Amino acid sequence: MEIAQVVGFGVIAAVIIIFIRQSRPDIAQLLSIAVGIVIVVYLLGYLKLIIDVITDLALEAEINTVFLRTLLRVIGVAYLAEFGAQVCRDAGEGSIAVKIEFAGKLIILVMAIPILIAVLEGIINFIP
Amino acid sequence: MNVLRVDLLFQIAGIGIFISVLNIVLKQAGKEEQAQMLTLVGVVIVLLLVLQLVGDLFTNIRVIFNF
Repeated sequence: MEIAQVVGFGVIAAVIIIFIRQSRPDIAQLLSIAVGIVIVVYLLGYLKLIIDVITDLALEAEINTVFLRTLLRVIGVAYLAEFGAQVCRDAGEGSIAVKIEFAGKLIILVMAIPILIAVLEGIINFIP
Repeated sequence: MNVLRVDLLFQIAGIGIFISVLNIVLKQAGKEEQAQMLTLVGVVIVLLLVLQLVGDLFTNIRVIFNF
């Protein structure tokens, strides 16, 4: 019943934030950020389980570990960028959120360059 | 497995309510500057808590996605 925990936490947090927002909107904003981070940190435990399973499968299939590590890093960057952009959007700074998303895309692209080069080399090797 | 840190929620909510009550008292007593300072201190304390949490999130993600 972990979902009941998360739902209860979210509902209690929403009620408290609505209550505080009337008198202190600044602290309510920070509280909503904190609640978001607490839920994400809680879910990281489950994410770790999934990633361990994926890593085990990849090791069994003898996939190159460099590719797997790059893949995991890309997922991490995507999660973080999405989270940061969402926090900024909640605070009413849509333009900063767009920039964070742009930075995430660019960094993912840079991380993916070794894989891209490997694919291109494979294609070139196939062509006589 | 991580635990859902409900204590942090109540901590920040408590600080917020406490600060707003003290703010009302100080405003009634006519000490506007102190009320302003108190607001600032409250926001900074909550910001420190949130920053700790953000650092926690970053280290967790760094460990899980082995950066």
